[in-house]
Amino acid sequence: MAVTAERVTLRTPGETGLWSWITTVDHKRIGLLYGVTAFFFFFVGGLEALLVRVQLAQPNGEVLSAAAYNQLFTMHGLTMVFLVIMPIAAAFTNYFLPILIGARDVAFPRLNAFSYWLFLFSGIMIYTSFFVGGAPDGAWVGYSPLATQLPEVVRMDYWAIGLNLLGVASIASSANFIATIFTMRAPGMTMLRMPVFVWMALVVAFLLIFSLPPVAIGLFQLFFDRNFGALFYEGAAGGDPLLWQHLFWLFGHPEVYVLILPAMGIVSEILPVFSRKPLFGYEFVVFSGAAIGFVGFGVWSHHMFTSGMGPVAEAGFGIATMIIAVPTGVKIFNWIGTTWGGRLRFSTPMLFSLGFIAMFVIGGLSGVTHAIVPADTQQHDSYYVVAHFHYVLFGGAVFGYVAGVYYWFPKWTGRMLHEGWGKVHFWLMLIGFNLTFAPMHILGLNGMPRRTYRYGEGLGWDLWNLVATVGAFVIGIAFLLFLWNIIWARKHGEIAGNDPWDGRTLEWTIPSPPPVHNFDEVPVVHSLDDFWHKKYAEDEEGRLVEMATVSGGTLVDTGGEGEGEVHEEHHDIHMPSPSYYPALSSLGIVITGYGLVYLSWGWAAVAVGAMVTLWGLFGWSLEPITREEHA
Amino acid sequence: MTPRSERSERPGDRPGRFAALRRIAPLIALFLLLASCSGSGPQSTLEPQGPISRDIDGLWELVFSIAIGVFVLVMVAYVISLIRFRERKNDDRRPKQVHGNTRLEIVWTIIPAVILAVLAVPTVQNLFDIRAEPTGADVLQVRVTGHQWWWEFEYPDITSTDGRTLITANELHIPAGRPVYLTMTSADVIHSFWVPPLNGKRDVVPGRITHLTLEADADQATVDTGFGPGVILGQCAEFCGLAHADMRMRVFVHEEAGFQAWADGQLVPSVVPTEGVAADGFATFNQVCTACHQATVEQPDGTIETIGLEHFIEARGEQFRSSYGPNLTHFGGRTTFGGASFDNVEDHLRRWLANPADLKPMDPDRNDLANARILGMPNFGLSDDEISGLVTLLEGWK
Repeated sequence: MAVTAERVTLRTPGETGLWSWITTVDHKRIGLLYGVTAFFFFFVGGLEALLVRVQLAQPNGEVLSAAAYNQLFTMHGLTMVFLVIMPIAAAFTNYFLPILIGARDVAFPRLNAFSYWLFLFSGIMIYTSFFVGGAPDGAWVGYSPLATQLPEVVRMDYWAIGLNLLGVASIASSANFIATIFTMRAPGMTMLRMPVFVWMALVVAFLLIFSLPPVAIGLFQLFFDRNFGALFYEGAAGGDPLLWQHLFWLFGHPEVYVLILPAMGIVSEILPVFSRKPLFGYEFVVFSGAAIGFVGFGVWSHHMFTSGMGPVAEAGFGIATMIIAVPTGVKIFNWIGTTWGGRLRFSTPMLFSLGFIAMFVIGGLSGVTHAIVPADTQQHDSYYVVAHFHYVLFGGAVFGYVAGVYYWFPKWTGRMLHEGWGKVHFWLMLIGFNLTFAPMHILGLNGMPRRTYRYGEGLGWDLWNLVATVGAFVIGIAFLLFLWNIIWARKHGEIAGNDPWDGRTLEWTIPSPPPVHNFDEVPVVHSLDDFWHKKYAEDEEGRLVEMATVSGGTLVDTGGEGEGEVHEEHHDIHMPSPSYYPALSSLGIVITGYGLVYLSWGWAAVAVGAMVTLWGLFGWSLEPITREEHA
Repeated sequence: MTPRSERSERPGDRPGRFAALRRIAPLIALFLLLASCSGSGPQSTLEPQGPISRDIDGLWELVFSIAIGVFVLVMVAYVISLIRFRERKNDDRRPKQVHGNTRLEIVWTIIPAVILAVLAVPTVQNLFDIRAEPTGADVLQVRVTGHQWWWEFEYPDITSTDGRTLITANELHIPAGRPVYLTMTSADVIHSFWVPPLNGKRDVVPGRITHLTLEADADQATVDTGFGPGVILGQCAEFCGLAHADMRMRVFVHEEAGFQAWADGQLVPSVVPTEGVAADGFATFNQVCTACHQATVEQPDGTIETIGLEHFIEARGEQFRSSYGPNLTHFGGRTTFGGASFDNVEDHLRRWLANPADLKPMDPDRNDLANARILGMPNFGLSDDEISGLVTLLEGWK
C-alpha cells in the first residue's frame, strides 16, 4: 500500500504553488477552484444586490443613477445565475461525482480543466466591461430589440459573447460528467445504487446539453443583429422579437432546474445521514428529478404569458407548468418521509437542508400561482416574481449549497466548520432571507414592477421596500460570518477524520482531504448507501444495529466479484499529468471573445485568440497523457 | 410510524411540542396583521376596480387559499416530524430503516394532481374570457403606442368634423362601465401595458399587434385612491431601458357625460396666442419643439392645422399614427408629464425645459431620427426667456 502511494505522488508533480493550480487536472482541485471562484462572485453579486436594495429603500431613491441601477441589477442576475449557482453546483459535482461513484477522476480530466478556465476567463471578461464604459444593462434575459438597440455601445456584446463562452464551458463539463457516470462507476455501482446527488448531476448535464444550443444560436443571432445588420429580432423589418424570447426561455427554463436539482441532490444526501434512515422512496426521488427535467422542456412559454401568444398556447403551457408541481411535491413529501421516524441531529448541514425544504415549499407554491395564467398576467414582471424565484433559487438552491458546504467542508479540508457560528449563520440567513423576500410578494401584488430604479410616493410600497432592504443587510452579515467561519476553520477547525457525520456514501470511506487518487483500492459496491451497510445492519424489525468492527477508514472488501481488477489497480494507478494546455486554449477563446466584442477593430484579437486556441488544442492533443515515470 | 412504546417512554414530550408551536404563533399572527394592515395602494392587483381585474383577483384568491392550505398541511407534517423525532440527550433510539412506501407515493402523486386539475378548469375558462374581444356598440376603441419612455393614445372613433382623431399621451381617459379595447404596438422596444386595478398586463411589441380589454366599474369615477377621483395608476411592466421606471401612466375614469365633455374638449384645437410672452413661446415652439412634437392649433386667421412632424409606425400591415414626442395639444389640461412621472406644475416644466435629463434619465445624445431611434428629449440650451414663453404657452393650452 505504501509503495502505491509513493508511486502516485511521483506521477503528479507540482502539489503546491500557483502553477500547480493552473495546470491541475485533478477533479478535486478543479472542484475547489470552481467553489472558491463561485464564492468570490457570490460576494460581488451580493454587493450589487445590496446597492440595489439601498437605492430602493425609500421612494425616489437617489443613491444610484438609472444607468448604474440598470447595470447593477443586470449584473446581479447574470452573476448569481452563471457565475455563482451554476459553478457552485459544478464545484460539488466535480469534487464529489467521481468519489461518489468510486472513480479516481472524471472521464476527461483535461476537458474538465478547460471548462473551469473558460468559465473563469469568461466571468472576468464580462466583469471587465465595468472598466471600459459600463456593464451589460439590458437585464439578464436581454430581450430584443432592447438588447440590439444600441449597436455602438458594446455592453450587450459583452453579455452576448460572455454568455456564449460560459455555455461552451457548461456543455464541455456536462459531456464530461455524463461520460464519467456512464463509464467510470466502480464495480457494483449500478445506476440505481448511485447517490441521488449523482443522479441529479446526470439530469442537469443532459438538461444543459439539450438547452444550451438553442440559446447559443439565439445569442449569435442577437450578436449578428447588433454587429452585421441582421434582422432576426427586428419586428419593423419582418423579424420577430418573440423569437428571441422563445429561444432564450427554451434554455432559460431548464436552466432553473439546472440551478436547483443539484441542491435537491445535496439535500437528498444530507437528510438520510442526519436522520439515520435511508432516503424515503429513493427511486421516486430519482425519477421525479428526471421527470422535472423532462417536463421542464415543455413549459418555457410560461415566461411569456403576457407576450401575446394567444389563449390556446397559454392554456397549454399553463397546464404543463402545473404538471411540474407534481414531481416537485413528490420530492418534498419523500424528504419529510425521510425524517419521519428517524433520530434527527440538527447539525448545520441538516439545519440548512431543512431550511431548504421549508423555503422551497413556499417558492414552489408561488410557482403554481404562475401557472394560473390570468393571475400570472398580474404577477408577471412584478416583484411577486422576484420573490418567487428568490424563494426557489436562494431559499432553495443557495440554502442547499450552503448545506453542502457545511456537510462536505470536512472532506475538503480535513477540518470541521464551527457548529455554533454555523447555527448563528443559519438563523441569521433564514430571518434575513424572509425579511428580504417575503415582502416582495406583497410589493408585487400591490403593483410594483421589477427592474425599476425608483418608485413614487403614495403607492403603498414604502414600508415593505424598507423591510426588504433591512433584510438584505441581515443576509450580508450572515454571509460575512460564513466567510469568517471558513477562514477560521481551515486552520483551527476541529479535526474531522474520515467520517465525521457517520455518513452513508463512499466519500466518507477515504481520508479527509482525500489523496490525489481518491481510492487506494477501487471499492466494490454491493448496495445503495454501501458504506452505511458496512457499518450498520438491521434487526428483524428493520431497526438499526451497529456492527462492531468498522467505523470509517479504508474498507477492505472481501467480496469475490471484481477482486482481480482491484488487485491490478493496486499496483498501477495512472493519474493524468498536469497540463497547461486547457488553460491556454480557453484563454485563446476568451481573447477571441474580446475581439468579437470590439468587432470594428478587434479582428486582430480574433486572429490572435484563434491562434492561441489552436496552439492550446494541438498541444493538448499531442502531449502524452502521463509523463515518463521518475522523469 | 414511531413505535408507541417510545412515546410512552417519554411522557414529557407533549408539552414541549405545544410550547414550540406557541412560540411561533405570535410571529405568524404579527405577519398576517402587518400584511393585512399595509393597504394595497392605487396600483394594486388586490383592489380591483373593474370586472376583469376582479375575476382575476377571484382566481388568485382561490389559488392562494389552496396554496396556504397545502403549505399549512405540509408544514404541520414537517414540524411534527422535526419535533417528534429530534435527537434528545442520551437518546439511544434505533430508527427503523424504512426504504419507502409505494402506496404513499401514489397517494401524494395523485392528490396534488387532482388539486391542480381542479384549478385548471377555472384557469382556462377565465383565460379565454379575458382574451376575448369585447363586442357591442358601447365598446370604446383605443390605439396604444409604446415609446421609450411614454405612452401614446389615439381614439380612432372619436373624430372632429374635419376628420382629426383624438390623440393624447400618458393619461388615458375612459368612460366608467364600458369595455375599452386596446390595440397596441410599439415604436421601439418591447413595453408592457399594465394598469393592475383594471386588468393584467399585456406586452406591447414592435412589429406586432396585441390587445387588451380594460373595464372600470360603473361607479369608479368617484373612487379616490389618493390621486384624485376616478384616477387609477399604471406603468410599463417590461424593462425597456434607461427610464423604464418613469414610464408610467394614469387612467381617468369618467361618468359617461364627463367622458364626452372631455373628448369634445380635446378635439377643439389649442389656440395660437398673438401677443405677450405666450406668443414668443409659440415662436420657440414652432422653431424647436415641432421637430418631434405635434400640436393641433387654431391660427389667428382661423385655420386649423396640425403642426409638427408626423410619423407612422407599421405593425402587421396596420399604420399607427404617431409622432416622435408626445402630442402637446391641451398639454396644460394634463395633470402630469414626462411619462406621467411628474406633476404638471410650472416649476417641474421649467426644470424639464432647462434640461430634460435633470428630471428623467434619458439618452438624447444617441437619438437617431433617420432610423426613428428616439431616446429622449435633448437639452436645447433654451434661454430663460424662451423657457418662460414655452411654459406660459403650454400651461395655457388647457
